[in-house]
Amino acid sequence: MSGVRVLVGTRKGAFVLRADGARKNWDVSGPFFGGWEVFHVKGSPVNPNRIYASQSTSWFGQLIQRSDDGGRTWNPVGNQFLYDGVPGTHQWYDGTPHPWEFARVWHLEPSLSDPDTVWAGVEDAALFRSVDGGLSWSELSGLRGHDTGSAWQPGAGGMCLHTIIVSPTNPRRIFVAISSAGAFRSDDEGATWRPINHGLHSEGLPDEDAEVGHCVHRIALHPSNPDVLYMQKHWDVMRSDNAGDSWTEVSGNLPSDFGFAIDVHAHEPETVYVLPITSDSEHFPPEGKLRVYRSRSGGNEWEPLTKGLPQENCYVDVLRDAMAVDTLDDCGVYFGTTGGQVYASANSGDSWEPIVRDLPAVLSVEVQTLA
Amino acid sequence: MIRVVLPAHLKMLANVSGEVELEVAGTPSPASVIDALEATFPMLLGTIRDPLTQQRRKFIRFYACERDLSLEAIDVALPDDVQRGREPFFVVGAMAGG
Repeated sequence: MSGVRVLVGTRKGAFVLRADGARKNWDVSGPFFGGWEVFHVKGSPVNPNRIYASQSTSWFGQLIQRSDDGGRTWNPVGNQFLYDGVPGTHQWYDGTPHPWEFARVWHLEPSLSDPDTVWAGVEDAALFRSVDGGLSWSELSGLRGHDTGSAWQPGAGGMCLHTIIVSPTNPRRIFVAISSAGAFRSDDEGATWRPINHGLHSEGLPDEDAEVGHCVHRIALHPSNPDVLYMQKHWDVMRSDNAGDSWTEVSGNLPSDFGFAIDVHAHEPETVYVLPITSDSEHFPPEGKLRVYRSRSGGNEWEPLTKGLPQENCYVDVLRDAMAVDTLDDCGVYFGTTGGQVYASANSGDSWEPIVRDLPAVLSVEVQTLA
Repeated sequence: MIRVVLPAHLKMLANVSGEVELEVAGTPSPASVIDALEATFPMLLGTIRDPLTQQRRKFIRFYACERDLSLEAIDVALPDDVQRGREPFFVVGAMAGG
């Protein structure tokens, strides 16, 4: 019988939530790596039993954990993330050159075709790849070595590479996003890169249309239409119809165009989900109402999805990697909050139920659809 | 034989309980003890020393014989009582404030 496995990274460990295709009754296991920050947990699309997790603390640094039995047991693999060559400098907050320093892995992206290949997006922003199941890591330094690299600058949350998307139809094409450098695309498996930020406007920049420097929060695409990208930027929800060559704003009637998470329905390429958050610094839902917004037209027209979600006194955040969809016939949508709730909808967002309510602050949510 | 006491998280990671006992070649120092520790428990690589600089991670402390050795050079000989196995070498996770 089909089922789903929800992989949750939190401030104090990882959790694995399992259910059958009805997605009503859940088995919760964890915490794994209790007490450690788990920024991201993601499974291989080729071998769902192969799962990678990013585990770190300020005390003991970075570990990568790997499970080969669907998240029941874990073993540490390689954790040496050494920048290629002389790391050089990027721009510090005060505008002075600052050496690249590895802090942690924000995002792990397993290959669409090989369970031993996985990319890692790290802070300070760089892209690494392992081709041996996470045992060893090599930097794809063409990204950091881009002409603009020395001008990249961290935002308040550090300078992290948090989004990695490998094109499902062209394995040589990779998209990444960096806070706060912007979005980049490679068409040669990561050897060379170009910024893809034309059309982004960021009020926090002296040149609002600059080539780099935009605080992109998240990018998503639908596998059937990989040239169409959706972006949640620091402010503005954006859409590109040409693989990032240019972007147009599709925030439309959203109550706030700030947010972190964005995702696309598994079977409807023009159905998009965002979770509006207030900002500058509030970072909780507008009016204390936790609302997912859904557009069925690829943006601009958005409807609030509220059934089952708290509509008063809700002041949690939903972070960039904390929303995911499954691929069951009736698409499931999931998100986790900084208040420790993980909500699931088994009907494309029409109604929601909490799977768990009291986890540590949720950093990431990924879903595996199991045969 | 050098006795090493690890913080709880690293004991869990290394799948050990209690003290760890290590054979260390030459005159034991924090660096050579950690070399031996990482050789025996490779999962601890990078958790005590920065992988690039090989220096003590900033929230790790080294204690022995009621002394804080953290600010001494990492390759200085450990106290005689540690070298003789009478006292353990402590790897400590710094206390978090707040």
